[in-house]
Formats: sequence, structure tokens, C-alpha cells
Amino acid sequence: MSPTRRPSRIPTEQETNGRRGRSITDDDANAINRVEELSYDLKVHEVMTADLKTASPEMPLSKVLEILRVNHISGVPVLQGDELIGILSLEDIVRAMQKNELSAPVSQYMTKKLLTVTSYDSIVSAIQKFSDSRLGRLPVVDENYKLVGMITKGDITRGILVALQKDYKEEEVRRYRASHLFEDIVSDRTTLVLRYNIKAHDFTHGGNASSHIKRALLRLGADPQIARRCGIAVYEAEINLIIHTTNGGILKLEVESHRITMSTVDDGPGILDIDQVLQPGYTTATEEVREMGFGAGMGLVNIKRCVDKMDIESTVGKGTKLVMRIFVPTENLNVRKEG
Amino acid sequence: MNLQQIIERLNLTVLTDPRDFTLVQPDGGYTSDLLSCVMAGAKSNYLWITLQSHLNIVAVAALLEVAAIIITENAMPDSATIAKANEQGICLLSTTKSTYEIDGKLWEMGIHTQE
Repeated sequence: MSPTRRPSRIPTEQETNGRRGRSITDDDANAINRVEELSYDLKVHEVMTADLKTASPEMPLSKVLEILRVNHISGVPVLQGDELIGILSLEDIVRAMQKNELSAPVSQYMTKKLLTVTSYDSIVSAIQKFSDSRLGRLPVVDENYKLVGMITKGDITRGILVALQKDYKEEEVRRYRASHLFEDIVSDRTTLVLRYNIKAHDFTHGGNASSHIKRALLRLGADPQIARRCGIAVYEAEINLIIHTTNGGILKLEVESHRITMSTVDDGPGILDIDQVLQPGYTTATEEVREMGFGAGMGLVNIKRCVDKMDIESTVGKGTKLVMRIFVPTENLNVRKEG
Repeated sequence: MNLQQIIERLNLTVLTDPRDFTLVQPDGGYTSDLLSCVMAGAKSNYLWITLQSHLNIVAVAALLEVAAIIITENAMPDSATIAKANEQGICLLSTTKSTYEIDGKLWEMGIHTQE
């Protein structure tokens, strides 16, 4: 939305030509962030000001100036009956003041060339019109070209902020619901199991499973420190699967009220000397992988530091199983011990 | 010292969506190009200074909740990395200066590590 802040990057085709008039592809969809998404979702009528101050064409400019001053606004639409015939802004009044003509009627100084937006348009079309025209406000009309409101850039910013706040609240609600899982479902032992298939050498998706796991734990009401420790441990394990395995592996998270178990299983190549791989700085990563910043030989060391218990079993030619456990203090994960 | 002041003083380019950077007050900084070292050494709300610019730095930064990544020596992340950073709410900053120079300036500005 603000290419001027990214001088060192060539604008994409999308940014140059806009997205209007063609449907959004999957690739586009991935590139759209929430704010952009909102500018397509939100409609003009949802953010505009509907409570309007208006002027009539006969009204003297001095009276409009008073309306603007009292209401802290910088322009008003001009209506003849209920037909929109122009817009009068402070700039128009300044022009009149220069000629000392504040008693002139509105019709003499108003802008008649009208740029409008329709109420059911998405706000992106209003944003487009603002940036094309450099205007500060636009009249909003319905399908019969009847004035229904005014929209300013401030209205758009406010509308987006309110919608983002709503997103945030929805996340809170999700978190609240998930955090009741362990209370609401009664069993002798409840375990929530999440599985992720990790592909070998798939650096593009490296860290995705870990970030999903961290979010899941937070939604389940885990202490942020614990979620963070799990996130770091599981990230290192995920990256190990990506760097070292022959066919990838499975990353599993098991959440119980008193502990979190994370594990990875793969089918090769297996580790020859486990004591050696536990040495800080020991690495078998290729030069190519190390250039990306992986393969520092700190992965397992980091895992050990983050979890309460780490077990690793491996057979060359068969595969490796890594189990990491974090024990949850009872006040965490919103667990209520039922009697 | 807030992130807005840091961006201005070091003349950093903001690669991700603009935000109100005055609200971000980094607690310290960490410098490394080795992701596992960053995992071990960087704390949440730290600045991370690195030469790395590929997609995986975003995952690391998101897990650690760093305040921002400063990518040095004009190493330019691709559009997928920038998109991912926006999605995860990670701020990517870029500079032509070397890591050494940025570290030195940040330290002079009072951004020290916390023990």
C-alpha cells in the first residue's frame, strides 16, 4: 500500500497495475497481508460518516465557514433539494477570502467536478481515488446517485484499526475456547495430539510446524515462556528433519494437562555416534546449508537447554527418534484438578 | 530509545509494512548469522542484526518474538520473505552498512544487552 517506503525493491506487477478488474489468484492471496485484505473486505458504507453537515448553493460562504469551524470539518457537500451538485472545502473559502468575498453564495466557489464513491464499493476503490486525485474527502452516493455520506482518509484508517481490533478479539475468543479443552472434556487421561509431516530439504516451509505448535499452545492457555521453550526446541527438531533426513519425518506434539511431549521420527540415515552430535559445534551439515545459517552444530544443544527431558535413539540405516518433554506446573494450561 | 528513533538515526530502510515504531522499545540486541546461535542468544524484544536474508529468518524471529531484524550490507530478502514477515508481524529493516558498524552505533545509542 505504500511503495514509497520500499525504495530498494522493484514494485511487483500487482503494485504497479493494481488488482482491480481481475480475480485474485492463490499467489496473490499469499502475498496479501491482513490490512490489504481488509481494504478489500471493508465496504465504504462501513467506515464513512453518515451524519452529514451539508450546504445549499444559496448559502453565503461565511455561514459555511461557521459550520466547518463548529464541527471541526474541512469541507461539506452541497445539495440542491436532495441532489448532490458540488462540494465546498476550506480551500474554496480561502480563495473567496483572498478576494474578500465571504458573502458570496456557495454556488460561486464550490467545486462542481465531482468525484464520488459508491457506498457498496470496497474501501480500496476509495483509497485509489484518494491517491489519484489528492483530494481529502469524497462524497459517498448510493446506486441512485443520492448522497448518503462522506469518507475521508481518516475514516479509512479508523475503519481498518477497528477491524484489526476485532481480529484481535476473535483470537482472544479462540484462545479462551481452546483453553477450556482440558476442563470441558472429562477422561482419566486426555491427550491432544498434533502431527506434522516434514519434508526433507524443504527449507521454504522450515519453521511452519513450529510456529503452528507455538500458536496452538498459546491458544490452549500455556504460559508464554513454556510456549516459547517448546517453539525453540521444536524448531531445531524440525530443521534437523529438513537438513539431515533421507525422506523427511513426522513431528508430533502431545499435550496433556501436566506435560508437553514433542517428538520426531524419521527413517534414516540414523546417527552413528550420539555423544558426538551432542557436542556443541559438531556438525555434519553441508557448506550450502551452513551458508543459510543452519548447521551451527547447536541444534540438539539448544533443545536440551529448552526442555526438561530429552531422549534420542538412533540406528544407522534405520532412523532416529527424538523425544522432548516439558513438564507443566499445575497452574498452567488452565488445568483444574477435579476431585 | 524506540525503534522509530533507531530507524531514523541509522537511516534504515523499512522493508515490511509501516507500523507505529515509536511503540517498540527494544530491550537489547544480538548479532549472528547462525540461526541456532540466535535461537540460543537472542531474547524476545531484542534487535537481531544479521547478513542472512532468506525466508527462514522470519520463522526464527517469530518464535523468539524479536523486536526487528536488521539485515546488513544491503542483503535483500525476496518478496516471499517480506510477505511472510508481514503475515507474522515481523519487522524487517535493511541497511547498506556492515554488521560491525550497526552493532557499534546501536551500542553507542545505548542499546546494550541485558544480563
